Amino acid sequence: MTARSFLRFATAAILISGFAHPHTYAQAPADSKPQAFIGARLIPISGPAIDRGILIIENGKITAIGPEGSTAIPSGAARHDVAGKVIMPGLVDTHSHVGGPGGADGSAPIQPGVRVMDSLNPLDSGYRRVVAGGITTANVMPGSGHLLSGQTVYLKMRRPDGKPPRTIDQMFIQGADGKPSGGIKMANGTNSIGQPPFPGSRGKSAFLVREQFIKAQEYNAKIKSATGADGKLDETKLPARDLGLEALIDAMEGRKIVHHHTHRADDIMTVLRLRDEFGFRVVLHHVSEAWKVADQIAAAEKEGGVLGSSIILVDSPGGKLEAAEVSFITGASLAKAGARFAYHTDDWITDSRLFLRMAALGVRGGLSRDLALRALTLSGAELLDLQDRIGSLQTGKDADFIILSGDPLSVYTKVEQTWVEGRMVFNRADPSDHLHQVGGYSAGRDQSPYFCCFGGAGQ
Amino acid sequence: MNSKIQTQKLASSPLPAPPRLRVPFSVTSAFTLFLACAIATTAQAQVAIKAKTIHTMAGPAITDGIVVITDGRIAAVGPAASTQIPAGYETLTAEVLTPGLIDARGTVGLTGIFNSRHDSDQIDPSAPIQPELRAIDAYNPQEKLIQWVREFGTTTVNTGHAPGSLITGQTIIVKTTGNTVEEALVKSPAMVSATLGPSANEQGGKAPGTRGKQVAMLREELLKARDYIEKKTRAAKKKDDPAPAPADSTDKPTEKSPTPPTPPDRNLHLEMLADVLEGKVPLLVHANRAQDIESALRLKQEFGFRLILESAAEAYLLAPQIKEAGVDVILHPSMQRAVGDSENQSFETAAVLVKAGIRFAIESGYESYVPKTRVVLFEAAIAASNGLTFDQALGAVTIEAARILGIDQRVGSIQTGKDADLALFSGDPFEYTTHCTAVIVGGTIVSRVER
Repeated sequence: MTARSFLRFATAAILISGFAHPHTYAQAPADSKPQAFIGARLIPISGPAIDRGILIIENGKITAIGPEGSTAIPSGAARHDVAGKVIMPGLVDTHSHVGGPGGADGSAPIQPGVRVMDSLNPLDSGYRRVVAGGITTANVMPGSGHLLSGQTVYLKMRRPDGKPPRTIDQMFIQGADGKPSGGIKMANGTNSIGQPPFPGSRGKSAFLVREQFIKAQEYNAKIKSATGADGKLDETKLPARDLGLEALIDAMEGRKIVHHHTHRADDIMTVLRLRDEFGFRVVLHHVSEAWKVADQIAAAEKEGGVLGSSIILVDSPGGKLEAAEVSFITGASLAKAGARFAYHTDDWITDSRLFLRMAALGVRGGLSRDLALRALTLSGAELLDLQDRIGSLQTGKDADFIILSGDPLSVYTKVEQTWVEGRMVFNRADPSDHLHQVGGYSAGRDQSPYFCCFGGAGQ
Repeated sequence: MNSKIQTQKLASSPLPAPPRLRVPFSVTSAFTLFLACAIATTAQAQVAIKAKTIHTMAGPAITDGIVVITDGRIAAVGPAASTQIPAGYETLTAEVLTPGLIDARGTVGLTGIFNSRHDSDQIDPSAPIQPELRAIDAYNPQEKLIQWVREFGTTTVNTGHAPGSLITGQTIIVKTTGNTVEEALVKSPAMVSATLGPSANEQGGKAPGTRGKQVAMLREELLKARDYIEKKTRAAKKKDDPAPAPADSTDKPTEKSPTPPTPPDRNLHLEMLADVLEGKVPLLVHANRAQDIESALRLKQEFGFRLILESAAEAYLLAPQIKEAGVDVILHPSMQRAVGDSENQSFETAAVLVKAGIRFAIESGYESYVPKTRVVLFEAAIAASNGLTFDQALGAVTIEAARILGIDQRVGSIQTGKDADLALFSGDPFEYTTHCTAVIVGGTIVSRVER
């Protein structure tokens, strides 16, 4: 796509999506007064832990981090005594279904034009649990009942005016193009297999995907040929707009990452094969059997295009055939192969409040503590192209962090506070926040994710 | 007189396996003796465990303690200083030793890892009330999920038909070893599984479709069972206490004598409900919403059966009522999804039950999808970090579970004479990063993998 035609698409997308005023989802201004968090053990992820450290934030950004004694506290800074606590970056959940996402419907197995952001309820109590679990950024996705169930959206758990957001656009993470950032959700294996028009086999699944991407390539070629050698666009040569194919072009040209649900080792290899053919950038999600093909995944990452894996751990294997060999060792085996990986909640498959636990189970499966904590933060950010903004405690990054009562990997540790862009968005000492952290009457979420068609039409 | 309730005598080794050679002591050949010892070690372990901390659940923890196992039972437990390990015993070491964990209610063995037609026997959908379905006829001791929970320390499970219809069937108590259900069996039937609330509603306009209808149907069925008991009792009385000598055929007018009561035909359905009404088998009622818990208490009051509440997500709203009714609670897994009628569940419910003095255990429960089974070790851990003391949380998956299941004479604590069911850990069992390093059932080491 030429820069010009891309601009045309971008502008059109902004107009059509009703976001003619990008500032409506720009970062809300944070308190401008600097704040100093003094005395906690700091786990920056990007470097070694600091036993008694100082973290300074201002205007929603981290402005300083270092050991107590050698880190200056700006005059006029609000001081928080957090001695005895642990501070680490806000957790990044690379795969969540919180807020009642409803992507593609039952009419077709491939629906790239559908955006999950058009379905979310920001008032869903699920978002209260997300921050109670220390998660500050989440990739909210449609389900896995389709080969391609739509566009995902990356959300920040902001409280623009100290209150939970009332509109979803207050939560968007604005990309460089001025649009809400997100990826494309795809799936293979059994979830997306069903009755026609859904595929009935793995071979058919891959065929349908290839057919669609080839259509997008041809569509893209037409768009490109509408611009002459002189650089002039002949609008009469442009094909009719196709929102689905536009999204696939976004994927093939690297603007949107493909987030690909895939469990079995052979299904993982199929994703890599399709990536080779169409050149999209891809994150492998769930990867129950990644431990069987860790070397192949690592090799694919080196070749480029594969950003890494996003792992789910569950308390027992099975529940469906392709998860029968899910194992706590997945993280450790990918680490050994030199592959990049993060963890995710897949909320509601696992609860956002227990996200720290996921990494701890990875350690139980042989992973190092450092990599486990990285897999909850910076690695996740890398899998969303957000590593320049979030995922570690570094000067210049968003002031997204959590204050813990102790060791992040201990069952006894509590998330005491969650901060996003310089504002506290969760405080365990607040009765309402406490209710959402532990549960209780009226803490229930009000909307379940829409998981068409897996378990429904597809069965 | 209930032949259907069988309680297996104190088990030797629930593990099947290698044919046990019983070598008479008279054998004198040194070589044969050596061989015999070798075989005895694998088949019938004579094992001792040295542990930094032993949570006996029958008193304070023992620091630097020893447990000695002989012939499948705990032969001694005490401080290392005063407890001898007999010669020739295999000695294991652990940071922490606990009783084998007891899952007060799961479905493993009726539900399987693949969650497909061939390994899912937790519910028969043909009728909403089927107390006659025996778990013993469906339990698959080879199921991989049983191995999975065993390797995390679970040695006993009350498993069987799942919640999901008004009455789905029976449960059994098994050890998590055994090649056949008979070898695994501790008690059958253990409970009858009932459900109140939305998940007990049938689809497609079939009854029940509402809460009111659910209770009406249960009451009707229990009244039938009461009637069945009465008929049986009358017939039995007649038999035991024969009527006055039959009038001879003289002209003496006979007093009008009632038709001699005949025993009712056998009815497996009503027999099982009769056992419930007579208190032989508890009714396990899965109820999450407060109004469903109340309905269960109301039914208990009307019919007088032994009620055990299962799941009970909103039990914190009714603690005084549950206490007053003297009802035990088998609490939902802490990490069960907070959706549907359990959307208001709390990590802190267990702590509320403790405060109210209600006896409770923590279950793995039933999972229809992923994870296919929960692990009580993990579930108790969450309760331990949300208001329970360590002992209260461990008790909920050991001795308290045993008491609720009525098997505490045999399992649930580390005491001399009890089954040698034990779990070894590399540290605090509830910590996420601790490993379960070995598991012993009936004196046999059934797992040595690090989990």
